[in-house]
Amino acid sequence: MRLTCPLCGPRDRREFYYYGAEDYLHRPAADAEPGAWDNYLHLRDNPAGLTNDLWYHDMGCGAWLLVTRNTVTHEIQQVQAVAAPQAAKKGAAK
Amino acid sequence: MRYSGLEVIRQGLFGNTGWKPAWRDPAPKAEYDAIIIGGGGHGLSTAYYLAKNHGMTNIAVLEKGYLGSGNIGRNTTIVRANYFLQGNSEFYSHSMKLWEGLEADLNYNVMHSQRGLINLFHSDGQRDAFVRRGNAMINQGDDAILLDRDGVREHLPYLDFEQTRFPIYGGLLHPRGGTARHDAVAWGYARGADRRGVDLIQNCEVTGIDIENGRVTGVQTTRGAIKAKKVGMVVAGRSSQVAAMAGMRLPIESHILQAFVTEGLKPVIDHVISFGMGHFYISQSDKGGLVFGGDLDFYASYASRGNLPMVEHVMEAGMTLMPMIGRAKVLRSWGGIMDMSPDGSPIIDKTHIDGLFVDCGWNYGGFKAVPASGWCMAHLMATGESHPVAARFKLNRFATGHILDEEGTGSQHNLH
Repeated sequence: MRLTCPLCGPRDRREFYYYGAEDYLHRPAADAEPGAWDNYLHLRDNPAGLTNDLWYHDMGCGAWLLVTRNTVTHEIQQVQAVAAPQAAKKGAAK
Repeated sequence: MRYSGLEVIRQGLFGNTGWKPAWRDPAPKAEYDAIIIGGGGHGLSTAYYLAKNHGMTNIAVLEKGYLGSGNIGRNTTIVRANYFLQGNSEFYSHSMKLWEGLEADLNYNVMHSQRGLINLFHSDGQRDAFVRRGNAMINQGDDAILLDRDGVREHLPYLDFEQTRFPIYGGLLHPRGGTARHDAVAWGYARGADRRGVDLIQNCEVTGIDIENGRVTGVQTTRGAIKAKKVGMVVAGRSSQVAAMAGMRLPIESHILQAFVTEGLKPVIDHVISFGMGHFYISQSDKGGLVFGGDLDFYASYASRGNLPMVEHVMEAGMTLMPMIGRAKVLRSWGGIMDMSPDGSPIIDKTHIDGLFVDCGWNYGGFKAVPASGWCMAHLMATGESHPVAARFKLNRFATGHILDEEGTGSQHNLH
């Protein structure tokens, strides 16, 4: 299994650390109900098929990556830097 | 047909033509008192104990493939009761007691072998942790013996005691731990349930769960609709998909765990051994193959096969611990899909839908739990109350903070 880091190119799976589903990107507000935190930390869609999850390029550039891949076939469809889409969104808002 | 030594002789006299199938192959009825989704170890034992302990015989087990085609046939067959936390320790202790009477109870040879399990430790800190764990096991009424380095050498002379990177300080021996024949456990429970009148329906995939006014009324399957007032989801490996049919989102992420077996060898490893530094565990099957495994591949997956980095890691750990196994040839490797929960402990509970129950989240440890899981799930489905030894396996414990984090690694699903 290889991930194509947007900064470093195709790299071996061993360079990356898997964190979990993209739910980790949707952190509730500090005053959110306990249920929102349960949903954020524990509950998962856990699809058999396409999923978005967070990986960290631990032994490479140190970027957090949002990986779109298939949990049944291990096919990687897309690897995006987590930081980039948010920067683009901020730019669009201006 | 009751199995016995006399029966083997009698059948042998007539050319072994008189053996009957171990269970029937019934068509689904229109309605049952209870339905269990999932014909694996846990589902079959749930059905068996519903019939045996609670007299519920008008029930069905629905299996999408063939009986025992999931994780019950894909594990490393280890049976142990060496848990530390209250909530876990009484449950696995109960399971061990059931294991010890299982063959007589089922009239089926599951080849349960209490050959002893040794967890090795490699530092002063690990020794202290194992002393504490051993005391917890003894307090629970189970057995634990602390071995020093020489004690381990007496049991396992073939380990590499000379290496300095991961020196062996000693081990915690759990004499009642061991292994069992995984498939036979499924078959034994299947036969036991069938003999009590339970319908085991194979090639019957559940495609929907019928819910009316917050009550479960039955299921839709590839073999038609089946009504039931009680439905148990016992489908570890696919829990999230089945629960989604009831509109539920579970605290589960599915991960792949690989296992390996070598060619058959003469008896060489008498115990179950776990290596405290590399998450490597090994035993020898009765057929002679060395059966071993390691960690998860660490990314969410439903593929029943893993990737090479973990293969390499497991082989390295094995070679570090016992260099002699480098001479053995690995025949096969495979993967099982683990329901990983955020605290490493399972769930046996009601859901927010009346009559719908869930048994899932077995992480790495589902095999040894098969008897007690079925026992407690049956108790829950029959009485509506959690069994005392499974009372802390609540579905909402993550929201309420009553977690059972045996390893203390936090809420990340793949770290348990």
